[in-house]
Amino acid sequence: MNCRSEVLEVSVEGRQVDEAMLALLHTILLHRSTGKFHYKKEGTYSIGTVGTQDVDCDFIDFTFVRVSSDELDRVIRKAVAEFKDALGNSGSDGVGQISVEFYQKKKSRWPFSDECIPWEVWSIKVNVVNLANEQERQICREKVGEKLGEKVINIVEVINRHEYLPKMPTQSEVDNVFDTSLKDVQPYLYKITFQITDSLGTSVSTTMRRLIKDTLAL
Amino acid sequence: MDSDLSPQDKKDLDKFIKFFALKTVQVIVQARLGEKITTCSSSSPTGSDWFNLAIKDIPEVTHEAKKALAGQLPGIGRSMCVEISLKTSEGDSMELETWCLEMNEKCDKDIKVSYTVYNRLSLLLKSLLAITRVTPAYKLSRKQGHDYVILYRIYFGDVQLTGLGEDSSRLSAGFQTVRVGIVGTPIGTITLSCAYRINLALMSSRQFERTGPIMGIIIDHFVERPFTNMAHMHPCSYRTPGEDEGGTYAGIEDSQEVCTTSFSTSPPSQLYSSRLSYQTPALGTVDLCHPTTCTAAVHPHQMVVPGKEGGVPQVPAQPNHGTAAEHGRIPSCPTGQSHQPAPPTSCGSEVKTMCPSDAPETTFTRKVGAFVNKATTQVTTNSLDLPFAAFAPRVYDLEENDPMVHPPPSPAPSSPLQGSLHSNSSSHSGGQPHDDFVMVDFKPAFSKDDLLPMDLGTFYREFQNPPQLASLSIDVSAQSMAEDLDSLPEKLAVYEKNIDEFDAFVDTLQ
Repeated sequence: MNCRSEVLEVSVEGRQVDEAMLALLHTILLHRSTGKFHYKKEGTYSIGTVGTQDVDCDFIDFTFVRVSSDELDRVIRKAVAEFKDALGNSGSDGVGQISVEFYQKKKSRWPFSDECIPWEVWSIKVNVVNLANEQERQICREKVGEKLGEKVINIVEVINRHEYLPKMPTQSEVDNVFDTSLKDVQPYLYKITFQITDSLGTSVSTTMRRLIKDTLAL
Repeated sequence: MDSDLSPQDKKDLDKFIKFFALKTVQVIVQARLGEKITTCSSSSPTGSDWFNLAIKDIPEVTHEAKKALAGQLPGIGRSMCVEISLKTSEGDSMELETWCLEMNEKCDKDIKVSYTVYNRLSLLLKSLLAITRVTPAYKLSRKQGHDYVILYRIYFGDVQLTGLGEDSSRLSAGFQTVRVGIVGTPIGTITLSCAYRINLALMSSRQFERTGPIMGIIIDHFVERPFTNMAHMHPCSYRTPGEDEGGTYAGIEDSQEVCTTSFSTSPPSQLYSSRLSYQTPALGTVDLCHPTTCTAAVHPHQMVVPGKEGGVPQVPAQPNHGTAAEHGRIPSCPTGQSHQPAPPTSCGSEVKTMCPSDAPETTFTRKVGAFVNKATTQVTTNSLDLPFAAFAPRVYDLEENDPMVHPPPSPAPSSPLQGSLHSNSSSHSGGQPHDDFVMVDFKPAFSKDDLLPMDLGTFYREFQNPPQLASLSIDVSAQSMAEDLDSLPEKLAVYEKNIDEFDAFVDTLQ
């Protein structure tokens, strides 16, 4: 099975990075989260209810929908904040990419640790621009809002192709497919990573560290 | 084709399609109410949330949808459409978008109904939630209120997109289509898409042409009116049918005792009519066509937002005036679902049965706007040559005929309305609905296109109602002569002290 990979690109102003990333990540996670599973007798389960809420952006003319789960929101916000800090530290011409990868765990025998097999990866490439005056910023608010709208349509289009999704697991396997740590919703297992490219186009240590960590984990 | 489907699967599939259609309508209409929507996640399944999504059911919307469906299901050649349009305070209306739930003949025989189709329909609803915030009508709907309102209409049958183009010859250039998603089923593929108008500037320029310059015609700039941004002020909360006082809905003539399950897009004070205009069909209310004969299938319904208080809540026009109403006991749909990873067996049994189709229907009254009296003839702009004649001064009409001065017998809920007609200096907020119509896309002279938030047009709107000058208030004028005289010596003393300054000033003038 090949991992499905989608790339979205946006150009935003510095102060719009947070909201743009939140909008796209939450849109993706909205589609990749279900209600909590409640297993009954062997082989049957019922699913909890997922609520949604509208979020208005302050720096972009855009409203997005996210899952009503404060815990999930906190996790995403933390990841986005780290990404933004890294982008900020890299210099004003920074280009970066934040990715959310959905994976399944495959149990391996001791001494090997579980394998994480990604089945879908969304990468959002961000290009931070600097604007000179308020008028440009106002135009940027609207333009970025429209762009994000297009990206949401792209996301929806990909998701509605109904390509591979992990099979619904039995109770013993549920933690290999879903993140059951949240109390109100249950997203598919995911991890958020990012990498920053400086203006010269070379990746910095974040990626290297990740590669090394993954290698050691094997 | 259907013979491949077991009876239980067929029954389940029909149920899924029916409730999917109802939920689709709810999502679309709620997204155009003008407010942010929030629902809560619940880890325990309640058994009443279809597709495992917390989507509230606004009873009147469900009622409208069921009426449009009339017991049928969306199917091949039978599409369910929700049309969203905008209606200005002037009475102009424009279609903004049409959402279509269709089915084509491409079948997916192998797909599992109770599991895969259900989950994919759930995913499609989530996509719909996301996409409804992205089309241009969303931003318009968030700003509705004073200048315009958003209306919806549900119809079943053939998709009609002609209203979205500028004119029939440019049909293809007038709108764009976005596909929300598709779900294959054994009896056909369900498709959900939206065709939305792309040229929204059309309306404002058209209106501008029609009405001409406004600077010389709107005379009463300083009539107080409440804030413009009503859209964000009220949470999307509404009372359940059980809380209504008195379950019957009055007939259309009535008024303001509105069914509590009907909601206003704008708070009462926004339904104003200019003091100088006599035509006042307030926004989207009365004259939405032919009051007594409109049918749900033909005429748009006022969008409503639950819970807004006071004044003139607006009610979607319903032809069922006169019938006794019972508030929608239409349950939002039940069934406890129990999914099974292993194939067979149907979904869990229904927890509640649906309200039988012959249950007493809810009647919705048409909400009557302030000063509106459908029965009387009203001065229309057509009868006068002046553009924007509605705002023309009283020369054109006599006070005796002024429906605003002598309001019709139909209920006028807010008594301050009458008082406000004759007071020109009141400056109270909230209680007094106002007399001003503000045009959509007000373009003040000499301002360029507004790119900045604080452009001239916005400045006009925001500062149109400054508080009264203290020196003009009655209190000051009531100051007695005696007090004036008493303060004179002090004033003279001050002036004498500063006499040098005054002399220098006079020198500069010479």
